[in-house]
Amino acid sequence: MVMAAPVSIESVAARLATVHDPEIPTVSIVDLGLVHDISVAGDRIAVELLPTFVACPALEVIRSSVADALVVLGRPVDVAFTFAVPWTTERLTDAGRAGLRRAGIAPPAEPVDVRCPFCGSAQIAMDSAFGPALCRSLFYCRGCRQPFEAFKPI
Amino acid sequence: MTDDGAFQPLAMDFDGAGDARERALALLLLSMADDEFVIGFSDSEWTGIGPILEEDVAISSLAQDELGHAQALYRLLADTVPDGRDADAWAYDRPPEGYLHARLLDHPRGDWAATIARRYLYDTADSARLGALAESSHRPLAELLAKIRREERYHLMHVETWLERLAEAGGESRRRLVAALDAMAADAGTVLAPLPGETALVRHGIVAEPFAAIEARWRSGVAATFARLGLPELPPTVAPDRARTDHSDVFRALHAEFTMVRRSEVGATW
Repeated sequence: MVMAAPVSIESVAARLATVHDPEIPTVSIVDLGLVHDISVAGDRIAVELLPTFVACPALEVIRSSVADALVVLGRPVDVAFTFAVPWTTERLTDAGRAGLRRAGIAPPAEPVDVRCPFCGSAQIAMDSAFGPALCRSLFYCRGCRQPFEAFKPI
Repeated sequence: MTDDGAFQPLAMDFDGAGDARERALALLLLSMADDEFVIGFSDSEWTGIGPILEEDVAISSLAQDELGHAQALYRLLADTVPDGRDADAWAYDRPPEGYLHARLLDHPRGDWAATIARRYLYDTADSARLGALAESSHRPLAELLAKIRREERYHLMHVETWLERLAEAGGESRRRLVAALDAMAADAGTVLAPLPGETALVRHGIVAEPFAAIEARWRSGVAATFARLGLPELPPTVAPDRARTDHSDVFRALHAEFTMVRRSEVGATW
């Protein structure tokens, strides 16, 4: 029997960086701060992810995207969600925040600190704390007269 | 009522759970999960018919959150009672009398004022309960609730804003709010009524204090808000020993609705 080459944590992490949020294609799950733990034990790879919101309907899609992305490493993969630590918006990386802006979503901030993702204006107003997804609020920019969404600080 | 073995009034079968601690934990998890499930499903009926677009979206988000919290709690329950039932089986495969939600949630969602009154009473009581469970010795529960409490913060902000808006608007808005509170106020405390086995919960550090103490703290918070808004004081809870049984026809109709798809094709994966 031919032994497969060992799999490193780094190689798993590099593959995870290619998985994007299904609704925000400009942000990887690594930059979103979803990855809690990666372990390689025996011949199995285990990945633990943190849900952004408990009821997030994208979780199953993310789980299967992660499994698909790791197929090339040739090991059985276990993907689990955990609440071991709460996901918070502080887990977003700078690249993640920039990715949100590219998708037209203001990065999470207290309402007074939110800036329009399109023109950068501070002349904004919150229309509703609740938006089209659990993780987003609705704002309006008086600068460029565009409605936009902002990631909820949590 | 607080006798560790006294589960008869709630007719629950936790044969899969081992000792007094596990049976009491199972009852706590089931009561919380059923509360979140019933208010979540009931409020989801506003989707598409909310009074204004923003509120249609908001109440739908709130309902979605509650259903997600219920699912996560049913999963913890399935881990505690290893009898083969998964979260969906707990959520959908019981007869109406097997549900342990508080009687407050047996009231219909009614008009918008009734929905806000019910949400306010439930969310504030639930928040007090979550506070008493924050340092729970049952780690999976403490971890889940650390997450849930961050989400519930938005729920409280939303419902407190609406309570003030309706109370201070005067006229029809205030009349409807007062009528809704009047109809359900005597059931408001059912969310925090003592649970059978709660002495075991306290002794094992699963909950920080007896429910009577949690309820007292919740009541003083609500009393301050109601005094400020000139709303009538909350009366004591009626029949607290039947707080989570004897469900209403309103709930039976809701149950028929939320089990319909599950019953239509038993064993199917949707």
